[in-house]
Parts: sequence; structure tokens; C-alpha cells
Amino acid sequence: MIQLKDISKIYKTEMVETVALSHVSFDIQKGEFTAIMGPSGSGKSTLMHILGALDLATSGEYILDGESVSKLSQDELADIRNRKIGFIFQAFNLLPRTTALKNVMLPMVYAGVSKEERLEKAKKYLEMVGLKDRMYHTSNQLSGGQQQRVAIARGLVMNPAILLADEPTGNIASAQAEEVMSLFRKLHEEGHTIIMITHEPDIAAHASRIIHVKDGVIIEDEINKKRKKANYQK
Amino acid sequence: MDFGELIIECFSTLTINKMRTGLAILGIVIGIGSVIALISLGQASQKMVENQIQSLGSNLLTVQPGGQSNGAVRGAQGGGTTLTLDDAKAIQSSPTITSVKTISPEYSKRAQVIVGRNNTNTQIYGVYPTYAEIRKITLSSGVFISTRDVDAMSKVAVVGPQVVTDLFGEGANPVGKTIRIGVQSLKIIGVTTSKGGSGFNNQDDIIYVPLSTAQKQLFGASNLSSISIEAKSQEVMTQAQNEVGYLLLARHKFSDPTQADFSIMSQTDILNTASSVTGTFTTLLSGIAGISLLVGGIGIMNIMLVTVTERTREIGLRKALGAKQRVVILQFLFEAIILTFTGGIIGMILGILISFVLSSTMSLPFTISWPAILLAMGVSGIIGVLFGWYPAQKASRLQPIEALRYE
Repeated sequence: MIQLKDISKIYKTEMVETVALSHVSFDIQKGEFTAIMGPSGSGKSTLMHILGALDLATSGEYILDGESVSKLSQDELADIRNRKIGFIFQAFNLLPRTTALKNVMLPMVYAGVSKEERLEKAKKYLEMVGLKDRMYHTSNQLSGGQQQRVAIARGLVMNPAILLADEPTGNIASAQAEEVMSLFRKLHEEGHTIIMITHEPDIAAHASRIIHVKDGVIIEDEINKKRKKANYQK
Repeated sequence: MDFGELIIECFSTLTINKMRTGLAILGIVIGIGSVIALISLGQASQKMVENQIQSLGSNLLTVQPGGQSNGAVRGAQGGGTTLTLDDAKAIQSSPTITSVKTISPEYSKRAQVIVGRNNTNTQIYGVYPTYAEIRKITLSSGVFISTRDVDAMSKVAVVGPQVVTDLFGEGANPVGKTIRIGVQSLKIIGVTTSKGGSGFNNQDDIIYVPLSTAQKQLFGASNLSSISIEAKSQEVMTQAQNEVGYLLLARHKFSDPTQADFSIMSQTDILNTASSVTGTFTTLLSGIAGISLLVGGIGIMNIMLVTVTERTREIGLRKALGAKQRVVILQFLFEAIILTFTGGIIGMILGILISFVLSSTMSLPFTISWPAILLAMGVSGIIGVLFGWYPAQKASRLQPIEALRYE
């Protein structure tokens, strides 16, 4: 499903070259729930941006769902992001002062989905994340956990190949973090491929596989055996 | 994503952010409205001056005595006493003058006028009956001075509405009543219709008396202060000016026209002088309008730059969710067009409204200056769209992650 071959990312400013990722390679299979862990500055966010086609690698090849992403144009990348990737950001990134329903419909607007289908699907996914009675609330009327659930509904609504979450519990209270994590586990059980970036071991413990990153290289790639109710699927 | 979809998206963004939209529109409204109001006002005042001069009569020439030459020193125009009734009669009866239709000899002087306890200082005009014809004077009541009044040196007067207000009170009918000028009592036989005007050009603040009465009974003068001449048509104005000029030169025994002790001014000359004055005024107002256009433009530019830059994160998000570059640019372009168009229309209406209110309170003719409207709309429109589009297209080129992280 996902293949990273020898991926490097180097940021160049006028004076300094910073190596954010150095020759990273790994595969992720369909249906895996992977956590990428590492301290800040380890290159895990850069890895997530490349996985999400939000940024291009300096060298190496990235194959997503059979398509090579490394050499695509801006607009082709936009299309990949739209169809194959569902994003969940740490800062939620919902449109401000806009209803939950409209936020969830946005990716479908860009995909050219008909109005009736958009409405129907957005309602379905909002119901799934438990926000049936909050559909017409604007983003600033929702709590952090609710906003994150709207973002999850938005990430899922295009039925993407992978769900990418960047510190999904970083901006919400711990009780709500549990709520979000149990939703992730439910999605995993339904067969979604999830990649989650986090620095909290508690959160990473929910995943079936944990990749540890430090200083731009993978230092450990383990199957999470300590996972409660472990039901690792290949 | 089709255009209809895109426009719906634009409207929803604009209505969601009411404050931002309102401010952007306000900037455009003020920019456009002030320019339209200022230019329209300038043109209205120019038109008013032209109208007033036109209302003095058409195809009109005015002969005025020049100041008396005393060696190298020349007195003020109109200050001489060399123009006489005989000159006027000569112009009237000369066989060489073919282009003149009517002439009106005039003698005018300011004097104190008394009625009972009221008195006013106003311009007294000694005239022939032809004056009313040439100067397009109509009466609201009574009759004008007749040839018989002139011949008989009758002690009669026709007064302007301003004089009536000053001496008898507003709306009074003074016909048949008596006014006193110096030691003479004159009977009012008519009141002229109001022509408007103000200052020393107020045509409503005048008393008309027979020329003979003015010269002999009131002021003891034998000269004329001016002769008004109506040419037969607009085309023969210059011919009339020349014919009258040569006749008077001969009568006054001058061979060199530059030495003449009189001057002949045509309505066009007066109009040109006045137009150049009001033209300066309009240029001044246009300058102010230009500055407000600049300020308005910079205002529009600012608000567009700020709102679009502020939305760089939004652009990043939209791109992350799959918006193509073209879609992002088009959305911001459409929003800018909707804003400037809405603001432009409101600004235009406001500008027209302001110039209407101002011109009615200042009793100016109401004019709408279409070039001003086009200019204001055009400049603000271009600025609005340009500075809505430019930062948007810059932001849309960023990698989505750079735009998302933009602070």
C-alpha cells in the first residue's frame, strides 16, 4: 500500500543545510494502524508531510497505492491528497465560522461530488463520529474534541486509502483524547489504514505497529505487543 | 468544480466573514463615492455659472466706456463718461450697420432707496424698453418701462423680487406703491420674475427706471454706463462687434483701435472668462478627487492584501484537501470581483446621492458626471481585483504545508 524507498529530505536556507530525513525506507500494509514516534526535531513531522503529499522529498521514491508520488505536479498532488489521503491535523484546521457540515463537505466539493451525495455522505460520517446533533454548529461553537471529530469525519469522507493523523490528541484534553483514540481503534477494526504521529507513548500504545524515528533515521520498527485487545491484522 | 459551485463557495465565504467583507466593501464605497461626489459637484458649479451668464441674454454685445486716458495712465474700464445716448442713437440709425437687431442704452448707479422706515442700497438701472427684450426680463406682475415713460421722463420704477423683500417684506405686492430715491418719489409699476444669482451679480436686487428719469431726475448725468446690443444671430456677432466698433471709433475720433475710449465685450468673452475661472475650480476639485481616488485605492489595496494574506492558512488547508491551484486563484479572484462590484455600485449610488443632496442644499444644478463614475469605478475595480488576485496566486503556489504553517 505504502512504499518509502530511500527517502531523504534536506531543507536549504542561504547558510545552512538541515537534513530532516536521511535514507528512510519502510512499507506499510493495508489495514495497519501505525504510530510514528519520536522527540521533537526527529523528522517525524517531515515524514508525515511527505506521506501526506503535502511536501516532496529531496530524493528517493514514494509509492502510494500503486502510484509514484515523487514526480507529480502541484495539481496532480492536490488530486492525490483529495482522493487517497485523509488528514487529521494537530490544530484541527477547520474553516473558521463555518458549520461542521460544510467543513466535512469541502473535500467532496473539490472532488466534484454532486450536492445531494455530498450532503448525504457528510451527514453519515458526522453521525459516525457522534456529532449528529452538532452538524449545524460552526467550528468555534464546538469543543476541541468535537472539532477533532469533525476533522476525522472530513478525513474519512472521501474514503481515502490512508488516514494520516499528526498529533491528533495534541490539542485536546486527555478524556477527549481517549474518545478520539477509541474512534481510531474502531476505524482500524473496520479495515482503515491509519498512520498516526505522536510523541506520547500512551497514545502510541493504541497502534498495532510503532516506528521510532530519531535524527532523521528509523531507529526501531516494532509490532506493538503490549497493545490491549491486540488484534493485529495483516 | 464548476463555476456555479465556485461562486456559491465565494458567497458563503463572504457572508460567513461579515466583518471582513463589510470593511472591504466600505473601503471601496468611500473610495468611489467621494470621487464621484467631488467631480460632480465641480461640474455642477461650472454649469451654474454658465447657466447664469446664458440667462443674461444671448447674442449679446456690451459696449462700455474705457477709462479716460490721462497721459500714460488709463482709468478703470467702465469708469469713463464718453459714451452718450447720441452714440446709441447713431448705432441704431446708421445705414452701415446691418447685423444689429436691438440696442439698449443704459445708465446705472447704486443709490439708497427708501420706503417708509425701510431702506436698502441697490443698483438703479436707467433703461429703454428694449432692455427687457435683450436681457430676457419677464415680469411676475405689472408692466415694464414703456417708450412713453422714457419720452415723458415718468417717475415710475420696476423692481426686482429681492428689492420687494427688502422694502416691503416677503411676498408683498408693491405695484402702485411709492419708493423714494434721493428727493424723487417713484411709483412702482411692475415686479420682475426671479432669475436667481447672488453677490454683486444678483439680478433680483435691481430697480429699473426710464433712462431719461435716471439721467436727469435722479443722478444728473448725460453719459451712459453701457450700451447692450443684440446681434441678429450668433454668426454675425463678430461682424456686429466690428461694425459698432468702427462707428464708435469714427464718432470718438480715434484712428487707432488700441487707443479707443470704449470696449466691446461679447457674451462669449464673458463666458470664456467665467469658464476659465470655474475651470480652475473644477481642476482644483479634480485634484482633490484624484487624491481621494489614490487614498481610496490604497485603502482598497490594503484591505485586499491584508485579508488575502491573513487567509494563507486557509489556502494551505484548501490545497491540502485537494483544491487545485486554479480553483484557489479563481475563488479569490471571484471574491475580489464580487467585493469591488458590490462596493462600486453602493459607492456610485452614495456618490450620486451626496452630490444630489449637496447641489440641492447649495442650489446648484444637479449633474451626474459619467466620466467621473467610469474613472472611479475603473480605477478602484482594477486595484481591487489586482490586489485580491496577486497575493492569492502567490499563496496558491506555496507547498500546502508552507501555507498551513504561515503565521
